[in-house]
Amino acid sequence: MQVVVSHNDWSLYRKGQLDQKRHREKVKEAVKQNLSDLVAEESIILSDGKKVLKVPIRSLEEYKFRFDAGKRGHVGHGNGNSKVGDVIAKGKNNGTANGAGDEPGTDYYEAEITIEELQELILEDLILPNLKEKKKPEIRTLTYEFRDVRRRGLIGNLDKKRTLLEAMRNTALRGRDAGTLGVHPPPISDEDLRFKTWEQRYKVRSNAVVLAMMDTSGSMGNFEKYIARSFYFWMVRFLRTKYDQVEIVFIAHDTNAREVTEEEFFRKGESGGTRCSSAYELALAIIDTRYPPSEYNVYPFHFSDGDNFPSDNARCLKLVTGLLGKCNAFGYGEIGGSQTISESTLMSIYQRIEDEKLTCVTIKEKSQVYPALKAFFQKCEGPLAG
Amino acid sequence: MEQHERDSLEQEIARIGEKAKEFGLDFFDMRFEVCPADVLYTFGAYGMPTRFSHWSFGKAFHRMKMQYDYNLSRIYELVVNSNPCYAFLLNTNSLLQNKLIAAHVFAHSDFFKNNSRFQRTQRDMIESMSASSERIRKYEFLYGKAIVEQFLDAALSIAEQVDPYLRKAWNQAKEESPLPEKDILFFLIHHSKRLEEWQRDILSIIRNEMLYFWPQMETKIMNEGWASYWHLRILRELDLDPSESIEFARMHAAVTQPSMRTINPYLVGIKIFEDVERRWNEAGQGGREKIFEVRESESDVSFLRNYLTKELVEELDLYVYKRVKDDWQIVEKRRDVVRDGLVAALTHCGVPYIVVQDGDYNGNGELMLHHSYEGMELDPTYTEKTLEYLFRLWGRPVHLETVYEGAARIFTYDGRDHRHR
Repeated sequence: MQVVVSHNDWSLYRKGQLDQKRHREKVKEAVKQNLSDLVAEESIILSDGKKVLKVPIRSLEEYKFRFDAGKRGHVGHGNGNSKVGDVIAKGKNNGTANGAGDEPGTDYYEAEITIEELQELILEDLILPNLKEKKKPEIRTLTYEFRDVRRRGLIGNLDKKRTLLEAMRNTALRGRDAGTLGVHPPPISDEDLRFKTWEQRYKVRSNAVVLAMMDTSGSMGNFEKYIARSFYFWMVRFLRTKYDQVEIVFIAHDTNAREVTEEEFFRKGESGGTRCSSAYELALAIIDTRYPPSEYNVYPFHFSDGDNFPSDNARCLKLVTGLLGKCNAFGYGEIGGSQTISESTLMSIYQRIEDEKLTCVTIKEKSQVYPALKAFFQKCEGPLAG
Repeated sequence: MEQHERDSLEQEIARIGEKAKEFGLDFFDMRFEVCPADVLYTFGAYGMPTRFSHWSFGKAFHRMKMQYDYNLSRIYELVVNSNPCYAFLLNTNSLLQNKLIAAHVFAHSDFFKNNSRFQRTQRDMIESMSASSERIRKYEFLYGKAIVEQFLDAALSIAEQVDPYLRKAWNQAKEESPLPEKDILFFLIHHSKRLEEWQRDILSIIRNEMLYFWPQMETKIMNEGWASYWHLRILRELDLDPSESIEFARMHAAVTQPSMRTINPYLVGIKIFEDVERRWNEAGQGGREKIFEVRESESDVSFLRNYLTKELVEELDLYVYKRVKDDWQIVEKRRDVVRDGLVAALTHCGVPYIVVQDGDYNGNGELMLHHSYEGMELDPTYTEKTLEYLFRLWGRPVHLETVYEGAARIFTYDGRDHRHR
């Protein structure tokens, strides 16, 4: 009988990681296919603190012929005095998280994705259209970004905290010197070392301002308000992540318009009648005083349910035409819930304007928010695109 | 691991091997490999060190690694049914942990060598899988990763539909194999008109792997029970110091923990073996000899049917639970019913018994399958999705006869829509 014990070098073995990477890609692909639903997902828009989301994805189940776990009996062990009627597990509709085919399990795979990852997917293809060079010269600033933690690196980049944590963890696992933990620093071996790696990147500044206008009149119900918020939620994230120097001006209006803070913009209640021209007037005033088009790329956006005072519509048309002369792109989103879009809504009026800088979209349901984002923020063919 | 630790480990493992032999365990030559967590979890996820690549393994790897990283559970070892027998030890195990695992592994090796279900398994599967993985990689290079992945997705969905006990000569052609055919993979390989050579090769690789793994699936409880029985007895023979003894007790307790939602094969297995030994000894009929005999001739289904006594069901406090409205509740405690329920769940490794009934259904080259209904219904969503995969493999409409919601039904997928009738 022969017994051999070997200790080979496994440091280059990456098979699990490679397939895990492939799995992760599939998760991203699947999430991408579901983006329209996720963009307007309440738990994302309404919560701010949640870092990790669980996204149910059917395409990552490993399908095969199997018995229906929900219909059959399963065997378990009790603690000595179990009896009929005892509850083993309380179910939400789909049981507990256990993928195995012969155990009560979820009906679908739940992938975990961080808000950042989701954001990356949603914002991937978005870009400020028609971005142009303005009088103020472009300033390229050199920045350093902390990108990754690795096991090798320059000693000057040693991540002391992570290294110590690794050392402590590995020491505890090996069971050595357990008594000295917490008294002396644990012995650090090569495999515990962790280094930060930095990358140089250039950030390009183009001066731009986005004027976000939202109808907060009484006719904007919960659904309409929610849609507008969803859109602006992602728009703000998009601008803040991808562009260094974009200012955002928030304007809320009913019969009168007011410049508000970001917080007020997202939380303001609705009341009052609707006079959309008030918002455009304010926007124009702000542009003229603070953001001359010669120096800034200007992007006004307006979301409303389109139910304007009919007598105001002509004025709106005139103002929008004026705005179009001063901006790079103008976006108008009309949210039609259960109301039919009648002849007198703003949309029917704007549709008569022929200007490629104007983009109008109608949003009737949550799944149309993402397409709207893409419609407004799309790459255009032009010398200065991107 | 420091050199002196490696030397101790080697000496200890050799000693344990000697003890195992003294007890009568009979195993192949052993090769222990010490490796880091990543590697062990890779093997755990893939089932074997040299398996082909697929995202589903990545998913399993991620899950296992997460549980390890969050300290939720650990695999300590992995042992392969092969000759020589390969075993992988986690490099962060303590010496005592490795001793227990080594003892456990020697018993697994004895089980693989002697249990009748394993007699025809390929003992050089590691090399064989390495060669198959190489071929699959070649196909990925020739035809594109995405194409191969999509094919694997379909092939894996019916991987379990093989016939492990019918010896088919590889060139046994169409005319000679009568219907109904249980080995759906075999049937597709030989009769599907739309598969290319490389696709048939992949199906045969998958089939081969399942034939290799099937005995392990059929004897999980026995094998873990056997290995636990022996790690207990072998370690008691070693001179453990007090701290080692405590760690040993703790480890054994952790491994044999009862679980509310599923049975623990280590616990059920060891209890049955100990009970058989005790009863045969009490009857003056050689308990130790008896359990060696049992480990050779039984598989889980017969093991439980013959040796899971009503007393044991009670001692282990086993029960059957089911979904009742929104919760999972215990519905059965009568000992014989519980035992029968467990045996039923383990029958055919918990895989639905499905056969090819007709390869030319409707005179139109359609595939008709039949599910042998024995009281447990199929998961409808999974059934539909799997039929979609089958369509991909067969090329024409596929049908499955089964019982759904109490009535006989046929599920059909024609390439575009699903129908039930």
